[in-house]
Amino acid sequence: MMKRLAIFVPLLMFIGFVALALFGLGKPTDRTIESQMVGQKIPTFELAGLDDAHPGLSNEDLAQGTVTLVNIFASWCLPCIAEAPTLGKLADAGVVIHAIAIRDAPEDVQRFLTKHGDPYRRVGMDHDGRTQIAFGSSGVPETFLIDGTGTIRRQYIGEIRADQVDDVLAAIAEVKR
Amino acid sequence: MIPEIGHAALWLAAGLALVQALAPVLRVTGLSVPAALGQAILCLIAFLALMWAFVVSDFSVGLVAANSHTAKPMIYKVTGVWANHEGSMLLWVLILALFGAVAALRARAMGERFRTILLSVQAVLGIGFYAFLLLSSNPFERIAPAPVEGSGLNPLLQDPGLAFHPPLLYLGYVGLSVTFAFAVAAMIENRVGPAWARAVKPWVLGAWSFLTAGITLGSFWAYYELGWGGWWFWDPVENASLMPWLAATALFHSVGVLAARNALRNWTVLLAVIAFSLSMIGTFIVRSGLLTSVHAFAVDPERGVFLLILLALYVGGALCLYAWRAGSVTAGAPFTPISREGGLVANNLILSAVLGVVFLGTLYPLMLEGVTGEQVSVGAPYYESALLPLLFLLLLVMAAGPLMRWRAMDLPTLGRRLVPAIAGGLVLAGIGAAIGPRSVLALVGLAFAGWLAIASLMILRGRKLRRVPASVWGTAIAHMGVAVLTVGVSVSGAMSVEKLANLRPGESTSIGPYEAVLTHIEPAGGPNFTAVRATIAVKRSDAVTMLLPERRNFTNPMNETTETDILVAADGNLYAVIGQGDGGGRWQVRLHWQPFVAWIWYGGLMAAIGGLVAMMGGRRRTGRALP
Repeated sequence: MMKRLAIFVPLLMFIGFVALALFGLGKPTDRTIESQMVGQKIPTFELAGLDDAHPGLSNEDLAQGTVTLVNIFASWCLPCIAEAPTLGKLADAGVVIHAIAIRDAPEDVQRFLTKHGDPYRRVGMDHDGRTQIAFGSSGVPETFLIDGTGTIRRQYIGEIRADQVDDVLAAIAEVKR
Repeated sequence: MIPEIGHAALWLAAGLALVQALAPVLRVTGLSVPAALGQAILCLIAFLALMWAFVVSDFSVGLVAANSHTAKPMIYKVTGVWANHEGSMLLWVLILALFGAVAALRARAMGERFRTILLSVQAVLGIGFYAFLLLSSNPFERIAPAPVEGSGLNPLLQDPGLAFHPPLLYLGYVGLSVTFAFAVAAMIENRVGPAWARAVKPWVLGAWSFLTAGITLGSFWAYYELGWGGWWFWDPVENASLMPWLAATALFHSVGVLAARNALRNWTVLLAVIAFSLSMIGTFIVRSGLLTSVHAFAVDPERGVFLLILLALYVGGALCLYAWRAGSVTAGAPFTPISREGGLVANNLILSAVLGVVFLGTLYPLMLEGVTGEQVSVGAPYYESALLPLLFLLLLVMAAGPLMRWRAMDLPTLGRRLVPAIAGGLVLAGIGAAIGPRSVLALVGLAFAGWLAIASLMILRGRKLRRVPASVWGTAIAHMGVAVLTVGVSVSGAMSVEKLANLRPGESTSIGPYEAVLTHIEPAGGPNFTAVRATIAVKRSDAVTMLLPERRNFTNPMNETTETDILVAADGNLYAVIGQGDGGGRWQVRLHWQPFVAWIWYGGLMAAIGGLVAMMGGRRRTGRALP
């Protein structure tokens, strides 16, 4: 009897795996997964700027009392193009958005901003992606919500979609309070 | 036009696969061999059509536009074909079709009827992947308007390692599909037995050797290209290739028992099913983004669901068939624990436990998230503490196994055969203690390596070397490879030293047995990148070598990579990476002295060669058995 049952064990284990995988695929793609850095002070960094209109970015700039978004992007990243109009809407709503351009060339970034819109105040050029790693980010695009004291409050992984604008504005309002 | 020809060829191949799958049912068995050969030719046409689109940079094909660039060196245009999802799935299908053709021509030993069913199962597998490719991952899709320039290729992937690593792994993964088809056909026909085991063994060994070589190459690529200095990271993608490897390792050992002694029938068939299932699960995990990444943009959930359905049909179907048939497969011939069979059973149990540990570690984050919603990652400490005792046990048994006789053996005789191995272990550990690592774990590792190395030589003792069968040579070479690998892991693990220094040109530092001077820093260039190159003179007892690590800035897309330079000495690797300059004339220099680390890959390659040697032997023997 035991032997008969044992024959079904692999099948049952596999069914368990399929159930687990279905759960994994079916789970809502939560774009606000909290990283290790959320709730902590941003690390010390200083990045050169893009051009005269976009000065560089340092941790000091993010601790001036304003709630800011830091958008980690690159001109070679396709989802960043998809995200550009949404960031434009946020900027139009009065949100201060800075950018960190990952492994990018100034000309390419300028071309990107001309073509897809420019929501950014400051653009730091992160040539080797080291600042990105210090933020606890591992891909582009990602966006960090930073309060006036320079503490990371939220992290948005992947592009911010148009239907998330209200969520982001609400999150900013909450941090301001 | 040419991409359309490729696309049409794929549809035709899918049609032929349908004919081949239905051949036993429609009783048109004469068609299955031509169908298998036709599929191989059509898939080759499709693959070459895609390669052509990459070579001439036809950016009206979406895949080429997304993954290639006119300024890319030709070799990387070619490897770009499979450095992306759609192309790699096409490569998968091509290899499946090529193996199908080889099986059609060679798998005759079990008779005409068996071959038709085998090819039918193989075709059913093929149909699923054709559907996946044509319906959800069409590599030939055109885009309009066509961009004037492609968006490049990740420079990390512009490396010879990538040219060979995925194809080798795929040869292994897909090779296991043939053993899967063998197992399913044998269950349908109720023909699990020694003849079946002899017929399937070369396929298992071949797939295993490719998998071993692919994993070894992947590990080496990660070591020297990623610049991390490690050789295994317990990443889900790596584990995805390790799991089918473990199952395949267990499989060809148990196939040996089945062939020689007609025992372990159920277990062997189950392993054959599991080995390919794990390679599909591995592909699924990597391709669906289930575990690798929280970044959703590279991944299409629809594709994940498609692969999961395929997986459920094939693996679920095979396991149902197993549950139905296993009861009717009678138990094999009896044996005592101290015997060759006993040793191989122990090997299978330990490998299964290792497989369980890796499987659990890989999926645990997902399970935990399902239960508590908490997100964790399982790292090296878990694997090391869980696997170390198992691996030591495995080394203990694998030395003794080949020295045992079939059926039964008395302990004193075995003990006498193992005396030189024990001596070898003590000597190597003694040498280690005298001049090498001060770590107990490393010394234990060395003792086991010495024990296994001598025991592997003992396999050949008392035989006339010219008349030793290839399968015995294979065992000796592969086991020796594992001993070599164990030396590499033990010594490099315990004795590696790393040094990070901020140097001005002209300044020096010391690392391990070397004295290193940063002589100068200069700009350098290549076909599609610019670089900063450091010249570091490393000196050891008056012999000076120049190391030239670089930081490369690729222009398209903008990306920076570190090119390490490695001095390969007989007793270790000196690994140099140049970091950032501080602007004030100092440069960050990272040096790594890793004694015997290369032995890890030498060992892996020896094991792969051993597998191929054994495969040749198996083929010749079945060849002779034919009338």
